[in-house]
Amino acid sequence: MSATTTIQLFVFMLAGFVGYQTITKIPPLLHTPLMAATNAISGISLVASMVLAGSNQGVLATALGTVAVASAMANVVGGFLIVDRMLAMFKRQPTNTKEGAEGAAKQ
Amino acid sequence: MTETLIQLAYLVSAFLFISALRALGKPDQARRGMQFAAFGMALAIVATLFHARIVSYEWILVGAAVGALAGYPLGRWVPMTAMPERIALSHAFGALAATLVGIGEYSNGLSTGEIGSGHMVALGFEVLLGALTVTGSLMAFGKLSEVLPGRPITFPLQNVFNLTLLAVAVLALVVLVIEPTLLWVGVAMLVLSLAVGVLLVLPIGGADMPVVVSLLNSYAGLAAVATGFAIDNNILIIVGALDGFSGFILSVAMSKAMNRSFSNVLFGAFGAQPAQAAGAAAGPAGEMSAISAEDTALRMAYAERVIIVPGYGLAVAQAQHAAKELADMIEKRGGDVRFAIHPVAGRMPGHMNVLLAEAGVSYDKLVDMEDVNPKFPETDVSLVIGANDVINPAARTNPGSPIYGMPILNVSDSKSVVVLKRGRGTGFSGLENELFFDEKTSMLFGDAKQSLIDLGLEIKNA
Repeated sequence: MSATTTIQLFVFMLAGFVGYQTITKIPPLLHTPLMAATNAISGISLVASMVLAGSNQGVLATALGTVAVASAMANVVGGFLIVDRMLAMFKRQPTNTKEGAEGAAKQ
Repeated sequence: MTETLIQLAYLVSAFLFISALRALGKPDQARRGMQFAAFGMALAIVATLFHARIVSYEWILVGAAVGALAGYPLGRWVPMTAMPERIALSHAFGALAATLVGIGEYSNGLSTGEIGSGHMVALGFEVLLGALTVTGSLMAFGKLSEVLPGRPITFPLQNVFNLTLLAVAVLALVVLVIEPTLLWVGVAMLVLSLAVGVLLVLPIGGADMPVVVSLLNSYAGLAAVATGFAIDNNILIIVGALDGFSGFILSVAMSKAMNRSFSNVLFGAFGAQPAQAAGAAAGPAGEMSAISAEDTALRMAYAERVIIVPGYGLAVAQAQHAAKELADMIEKRGGDVRFAIHPVAGRMPGHMNVLLAEAGVSYDKLVDMEDVNPKFPETDVSLVIGANDVINPAARTNPGSPIYGMPILNVSDSKSVVVLKRGRGTGFSGLENELFFDEKTSMLFGDAKQSLIDLGLEIKNA
């Protein structure tokens, strides 16, 4: 096993641990936005798709890469838009805004 | 130098992504957090444009334009009720990207003749997991959007057959690692994985979809992790791990809320089980007592504490707005209204919260099962809308019931209960609910949306 692979395994383990700790703290209230959010973020496979689509390594690689870019991009654009749309709907009760404003003023 | 800058950009992106997930822990910070994450994504994309392997941009631009055009309506116009199938579809997109990258990198490796075994392991997992997630998610999408029949489709020895296919696919992967140039083995693995995805979702019924959609989320994440290993990209490993764990945690939470083990959901084909007959046959004693909208309205108008319990029936009847109006009306008269949300109230984790938030219910009124259960004894009226199994007291009292042990909303603890129900029949699982026959329960029969509108009008006049 190469040194790079070993480091990658460490990264994987630590990221998994951080993910577990972070995600168990998210209330069921926001589980649907969470799923949409992880979908949007997983659009990061766009970076791998871009490299394949732009590397000029034959027709097959370019074609596969282009389709991959399109699907990943659909997740990025659609994902972030829909998460924002959803989270914008979660509002606190209007009567609390006064307290909120006071809290903000104190800071 | 450029390479270092690209990696640093990825580092910043990873930080922003993790911070965004942390922000999702608090409803008032979540939106800002996700906006930062979107910035992180843009940063990663721009940085990648300078990657040494990229020599031409036209196809990247074509793909990106097509993707953005497809993504915009998926983000802007899909209604919140369609969220489960929308999410299933984007699992398919994500997994498709991973699968295609895997195949492309494999073909590149074949032409240059340099595929190490470590590289092949990563590529193999990427394609295997990716491909089965693509077809599995498309199946889930079909079932959720009712293009395909939602009921479980089973055949004899199904599990044995499916697991054998999966085992053969894994075997093909092992062969490929030993001898990467065997192209036909690679093709066979791809085809088998695609077939396994279809077959895995085939026996799963509509109500079990929350678990499956979450699980596919997890697989899509793991496929991204494999991509990261294959092309030496840490940010893919990090994001994939976050994604994988998120999906896994959600599917475990969903299974728990449905009182089923993981393997039972995946291999059990719930809708096909005859077990319910026993519970239904016994039949609870007594009669359901019907109530009119006027009487219900009167009771609710003078109630101090009301808890509304929405089930999937509420979403089916599109009655979220009517429920919100009713809640406003009661609050105007000085009553306190909360919404009690069971984890599997919708068709995906947290779905009901989104539907009610969309209708304008503020999120501090949406209370999770654990927090709301202690509040039922001091509740004057619990109004149940289109929920059945998640409030069935048999889950607590009757060890013979198939849902015994399932965590439920303890509606039966409240002082009185009004159930909005279409008819006298049993619900989705075919189980009788003794709560409906209880003395303190009144049944308001009719379409949920119409009943809620009637109630609102009556309360206004009360």
